[in-house]
Formats: sequence, C-alpha cells, structure tokens
Amino acid sequence: MARKFQFLSGVVLFAALFAGKVNFATAAEPIRLGVAGAHSGDLASYGLPSLNAARLVVKEINAKGGVLGRQIEILAEDDVCKPEIATNTATKLISEKADIVMGHICSGATKAALGIYKDAKLIVVSPSATNPELTQSGKYPNFFRTIAADDAQARQEVDFAVKVLHLKRLAVIHDKGDYGKGLAEFAKEFIEKSGAAEVVLYEGVTPGAVDYSAIVQKIKRADADGVIFGGYHPEASKVVSQMRKKGMQTVFISDDGVKDDTFIKVAGPNAEGVYASGPKDTSKNPLTKAAILAHQTEYGSEPGAFFLNAYAATLAIVNAIDKAGSTDFEAVTKALRQQAVDTPLGSIRFDERGDAIGVGFSMYVVRGGAYQEVL
Amino acid sequence: MDYFLELFFSGLTRGSIYALIALGYTMVYGIIGLINFAHGEIYMIGAFTALICASVLTVWGLPPLAVLVLSALAAMIWSAAYGFTVERIAYRPLRHAPRLSPLISAIGMSIFLQNYVLLAQSADFVPFPALIPDFAWLAPYRSIIGSSDLVILLTTTVVMILLTLLIKGTKIGKAMRATSQDKQMALLLGIDVNFVISATFVLGSALAAIGGVLIASHIGQINFAIGFLAGIKAFTAAVLGGIGSVPGAVLGSLLLGWTESFATGYISSDYEDVFAFALLVLILIFRPAGILGRRHNQKV
Repeated sequence: MARKFQFLSGVVLFAALFAGKVNFATAAEPIRLGVAGAHSGDLASYGLPSLNAARLVVKEINAKGGVLGRQIEILAEDDVCKPEIATNTATKLISEKADIVMGHICSGATKAALGIYKDAKLIVVSPSATNPELTQSGKYPNFFRTIAADDAQARQEVDFAVKVLHLKRLAVIHDKGDYGKGLAEFAKEFIEKSGAAEVVLYEGVTPGAVDYSAIVQKIKRADADGVIFGGYHPEASKVVSQMRKKGMQTVFISDDGVKDDTFIKVAGPNAEGVYASGPKDTSKNPLTKAAILAHQTEYGSEPGAFFLNAYAATLAIVNAIDKAGSTDFEAVTKALRQQAVDTPLGSIRFDERGDAIGVGFSMYVVRGGAYQEVL
Repeated sequence: MDYFLELFFSGLTRGSIYALIALGYTMVYGIIGLINFAHGEIYMIGAFTALICASVLTVWGLPPLAVLVLSALAAMIWSAAYGFTVERIAYRPLRHAPRLSPLISAIGMSIFLQNYVLLAQSADFVPFPALIPDFAWLAPYRSIIGSSDLVILLTTTVVMILLTLLIKGTKIGKAMRATSQDKQMALLLGIDVNFVISATFVLGSALAAIGGVLIASHIGQINFAIGFLAGIKAFTAAVLGGIGSVPGAVLGSLLLGWTESFATGYISSDYEDVFAFALLVLILIFRPAGILGRRHNQKV
C-alpha cells in the first residue's frame, strides 16, 4: 500500500511539473482565464461541461488571433463543489495571476470564494450558481452569472400576473414540497413587495388527496382574481379542473412543473388559458447549434449540464475584455453591464446586480391543446 | 351560510368516497380480524379496469351513462376477482399463523399490486374520462354541489342501504354475522366459513371498485399509486368509526371528511391532516374501540 502511494505521488508530482510549464512563445503576455468548478468528485458532471465550453470558445478565439492581440490561456482549477476547497482554489488562481474567472459551479462554493476574489479585484462569471443571495445581497460587485436565479421563475410569474394581466388579488397555493413551496414563498414575497397586488390566500394542499373542492371554495371566498400555484401537474390539473367545474374563471398561473404535456392531456379542455413559466427555448438559436456541434466534433459526445451557460459566460468575458480594451476591473465590469453580446442563450448583458438580462424564463399559455410562448 | 354549505357538501363528498373504501376494510376485519392493506390497491385496479373499458366502449359509440354503468360493472367484477385471488393466495394459507404473518403478507400484496400496475400500465398519470355527465338542471347550484358530487352521494347511499339489507336480511348476511361472532361455532353449525370469507372479500372489493370508478371520474386522472393515500385515509375512517362495524365505517368516513373540509375552509389546508389525525387520537382516547366499535369481552 505504502509503495503504491509513493508511486502515485511520484506521478502526481511529475504531472504537476508539466502542468506548471507555461508557454511563452507568443510575444504578448496571454490573458489568463481561470476556470473553477467541480472537475472531479461526485459533482464533476456539473463542472466538466463548463470546462469543455471554455476550452471550445478559447480555441476558437485563439485561432482567430486572440483578444486585443493576446492569446487566452485557461487555468483550470478544481473545487469539487466544496466551499472549504473553493477558498483554496480562489487563492491559487489569484497567485497564478488569473485575469478573470469563469466559475464556480455550485452556489455554496461560489459564495465561499467570492470574498477572496473581491479583495483581489477579480471578476467572476458563474454559469450555474443559482442562489438568489449572490446577486441580490449587493455584497459582490465582482459577481455575474449567466443563469437565472432560483427565484427568477417566481419573479417572472408575479411580474406577469401583476404587470401584464393586472391582477390585484392573488391566491398563492403550493403542494408542500421543496420545489413548490420554495417557489410559492418567493412569489408571496414578490407580490407583497410589488405593492400593486395583495396575497389574499397562502396555503399548501396535500398531494394525492381525493378531492380539492374545499380549497377551491376557499379561493372563491377569498375573491381572488388569480391563482399562483407552486408544484407539479397532477395537483395543478385537479385544482384547475375543480375550479372550472364550479364555474370559476379565475386566472391560473403555474411553473415549470406544470409546463408539461401531461398536464394538458390530463386536464383536457380545462387546461385552456392556463399560464405556466418555463425555460426560454434556445434550441433554434444558430449559435446554440454551432456550440453543440463543436462539442460533438471535439469530444464525440453530447454536452452536459450548464454547457450553454458556460459557453455564453466565456463569450461574454471575451467580448467585455475586447470592448474594454484591457483586463482592468472597472473597465471590464462596465463593459459586461453595457455591451450586449450574442450567445447561445440569446443576446445578453448584465444588470447592476450581476444577473444576466435576457436569460431565464418565458411565460407560456395553453391554446388549442398546446403550450405557446407569450412573453 | 353559503360558504358553510359548500364546505359541508365538499366534506360529504370526501366522506362518501372514504366510506366506499372503508367498508371493505371494516367487513374483512369484522370477519377474520385482518387489516387488508391491499384493499387500496384493489380500489386502484378498479379505476384502471374502468378506464380500459370506458375507452373501448366510447370508441364503440355508446352513450356516456351506459359507458359509466358498464365500465363500473366490469370494474366490480374484475376487482372482485382480484380480491378473491388475493385472499386465496396471500391470506388463506396463513389463517392459522400468528397474527403478524397475514399483516406482512397484506403489505407485501399491496406493494406487489402497485408495482404490477406500474409495469403493466404506466408510471405517469393517465387522464380518466369524465364519465359522469354535467347535469344541466344542477348548473345553478354547481358552486355548492357538482353533478359528480351528487352521483357519488347517491351511489354511496344506495350502496349503504343495499349492504345493510344484505347483512340483516339474507342468508349469506346471516352467515357473515355468524362467522364474525364465532368462526368455530359457525363451522359446527354447518356454515361454509371459507365460502363466507371469500364472499366478504368479493363484496368488499366490488365496493372499492365502485369507489375507484366514481373518484377517478370525479378527479379526472389516475396512476398506480392512488390507492395508497386513499387506503390510508379510509382505514383511518374505519378505525375512527370502530373497525368491524359497518355503520361505524360510514360514520367515521363522514366525520373524517367533514373534519378535513372544515379544517381547510376555516383554518388552513396546511393543517388538514393534523386535524384529521388529532380527531382520531382524541376519539380513541375516550373510546378505544372507535365510535360504534364494540369491546370484545373476554369469555371465560
């Protein structure tokens, strides 16, 4: 056993020597792009597709002569999605003189590392950290992300209900599950903050119950003009069907768990007019097709989780450096916020807090037995 | 007042649904002292049978009411066959085993039947056609009571009356009561106890199938797992009313239905189950055998 370890550590040391060797062949100093995330361990399947995405973008840019006449070099660092390791990863990237970081993957690891990057004035663009706090706390002006936050779906639903449909009295119903209740809590908070509408009912229903007429009566009595439901399609279709059977035309708004064809199949004609939020359809975007094709030719497989988000993040970084004319913190931050860039996720730029504008959810409505995008 | 009426009828519908399933639990318990945990699955199989029948019959172009009656009949026969078979293969060989063995066998049967339907049909929810038509004359009152609620109420009432008549007035009913009182003695008096037990299972399963058809039509969707929660609730209702007692099962079911409905309506549906089970605990503290349950005196 001990001999085996000796041998292994020898191999690792040897590999490390080679990895540390940097190619100074190009005249100008390269731009160092840190790519941090889970590259090993049980969450590697979340992190490796992002690394692949960064490599594909960098390869393409370098082939075209790089950015500002400088080549881009990738510094890949593994954080195994663990906060305690992510701090080391951050310190290491800083000591290796990374200019900008694409990562981290998991919200916990990202949060742990962000303070260190902030002190070193390093911009971080995450393709997958969805914790709402990261941008909304306002603590991290150096943080950007190309994925919608966990609360984005609830925000989309509430904005749609209040600003587009002009509903005033909303009932928020959930299925007591993690997903449904989480969404409902955010929805309730946003409605109360909006000031334009009020929550007249906030309750959970038991999934699988034989009858939901009591809760339907309650919605009616609360005189709600809209229902926001957090949960999955079996309960949603029961609630909406019983509402329609009782002659209630109350607007029904739900989430990704309901934006499923089974919902339409089960609820039948009662599904008509039901609104549901769901991820934006990007499959028709030519950049998406090109990115996926590039992955298939380079790695011989379909890309994995967050690949497109990471692809978009890397493109946004490259574009911002190009527009800013340097890797200076202030200039690049400004460029990220002001300069829109075409990515597989559509044309995106970032808002003041660091969330990508134009990434996230759309509203769909059931018309003629199928979901159609409305927003 | 309207709101109270609405909740009252919503609880009544729920209670009637529970009652149709609870009867099967209580009859089987009354006769052989076994809690048939596979009963919820028999109810689910009834719903699936009705779905398959209804699809075929609708394609043939029969009127909705005929489709409802015929598929309910088919579901009753098919579920009864399942009930009979389950008793033969899972409970009869264990009749003289310690009480825990048939209980485990029942739980095993429940898991087996769920997975069997999962594999044979689908894991997804499947739409169930609304077999109960919307009555036009009921439209002004539909916010209080819908047509499917009404059909459920009427069916349950009719079934209750028929069942009481059967138990009180017919030969098989008499044999059932005799077997429930003392199996040994019934045997000595020339009653075919095995036949009586089979008949009880067949009857209970047929009732569960009626419940399955009505509820599936009411809520419009079924999957392989619907029997679990419905079964647990109906079992609770049977215990509440006094397991082994037929009127007790009905009373317990209605009480449970109203508790859930009023708790949802006046307090919060988050606490619906809390109130239902708090009621169960309270009643069992004061009447350990349930509301109408009789204490069995130890004979010396």
